[in-house]
Amino acid sequence: MTGTDIIIHDKKDNVGVVVIEKIKPNQECNCWIMENDDSTKIQSKNEIPLGHKIAMTDLSEGDTIIKYGHDIGKVVKSIKKGEHVHVHNVKTKKW
Amino acid sequence: MEIPNSFLGYKRENGRAGTRNHVIILPVDDISNACAEAVANNIKGTIALPHSYGRLQFGADLELHFRTMIGTGKNPNVAAVIVIGIEPKWTKRIVDAISKTGKPVEGFSIEGVGDIDTIAKVSKKAQEFSMWASEKQREDCPMSDLWISVKCGESDTTSGLASNPTVGNLMEKLEPFGVHLCFGETSELTGAETVCAKRGKTTEAEQKFMKTWNSYNDFILKEATNDLSESQPTAGNIAGGLTTIEEKAFGNFQKIGNLKFIDVLEPAEEPTKGKGLYFMDTSSAAAECVTLQAAGGFNIHLFPTGQGNIIGNPIEPVIKLTANPLTAKTMSEHIDVDVSKILSRKMNLDQAGDELIKATIKVANGRLTCAEALGHKEFVMTKLYRSA
Repeated sequence: MTGTDIIIHDKKDNVGVVVIEKIKPNQECNCWIMENDDSTKIQSKNEIPLGHKIAMTDLSEGDTIIKYGHDIGKVVKSIKKGEHVHVHNVKTKKW
Repeated sequence: MEIPNSFLGYKRENGRAGTRNHVIILPVDDISNACAEAVANNIKGTIALPHSYGRLQFGADLELHFRTMIGTGKNPNVAAVIVIGIEPKWTKRIVDAISKTGKPVEGFSIEGVGDIDTIAKVSKKAQEFSMWASEKQREDCPMSDLWISVKCGESDTTSGLASNPTVGNLMEKLEPFGVHLCFGETSELTGAETVCAKRGKTTEAEQKFMKTWNSYNDFILKEATNDLSESQPTAGNIAGGLTTIEEKAFGNFQKIGNLKFIDVLEPAEEPTKGKGLYFMDTSSAAAECVTLQAAGGFNIHLFPTGQGNIIGNPIEPVIKLTANPLTAKTMSEHIDVDVSKILSRKMNLDQAGDELIKATIKVANGRLTCAEALGHKEFVMTKLYRSA
């Protein structure tokens, strides 16, 4: 079995978490979906460090980020599939 | 894994059991710290618990101060207590409440005596307590004598992926043994509050949780100059990949596994509804939270960390675990249990939970935690508002 580069909590999630030291741009990554023990692949667009998130689909401004199968914030700058998802393009809905 | 039925603990006069056998010198107020520390320096086998408050507090804030002081003294990890305050009245109130456990406790006040004579008098009593406590032996205690509190810190996405679910796995496995369990961190459940409320075992518990969370949120909205974006998530959280408070909250929430909570406790309140999981209204600042949980009577603590929080507590041993392979490597002296293999899928959650149970029992039996070996003794009072 090839190593897992990205873990996705729930099959509904539109982001995954990098679990290797970092992924490089244009890297073909192996993803493991914890909830149903399924696998998928994604090609990265940016360098993304350990613990940071990658977009599993294209996302537009105003879209909701789903992780753990739950709403964890809103997209404030459009994100392409394979791009780094973090404070520069996602904000809380709380404040 | 077959989970042992017992651990080696110190049986106390009131039927509880401790994982430690401390003799503490407890100052009632900030100005009595010097005396308490001098006594602990004189008499081996004692520890002083200096802190910053205890003067001119009033109302609910003063009640919380007393509850924290008294609860710390009553904790079964404490064999005997010396209380030192500037004035006799508040000192006596604390001594009287701790003495209900049946453990040796004595109070001293400094006013009209001065530091030097007080230190001499207290040192004699402290020596007696220390030598008395040193005779105590560990005995077989049922697992139900474990009261386990949990709190995570310097979290990152590896906390929600692996180290917090490891704690959840332990909770699911140990709950049937009749242990008491406690989670807190009112602020860090923001974003997951309605999902968390539904984990109340009764409608009453559910409503009490929402009332507690709403009162916290109203306070934030009233006091905050803009929002909590600078503090929640913290800079460390963001460096670790956590983007929003909601993401942090759902990660945090993994610590209770699939359990339901029986009741919502005030800060430092002792649970009275029997075995099982409780939610305690606490700050999410690590030292404040663990101090309150210890005062609630919890005798062993599990602390998952992502980026590497280094907290300890003077009376409640704090076991740290991480799933972040970089933290496990760069801060190894702080990490009791490394579960980073979950991320590379060389370990599953069930195995990680078993490892954590083994470590918990070892520490309950007396093995020092990393934080204890490194001398971490953070004892931090929660202050509700300014003093008079």
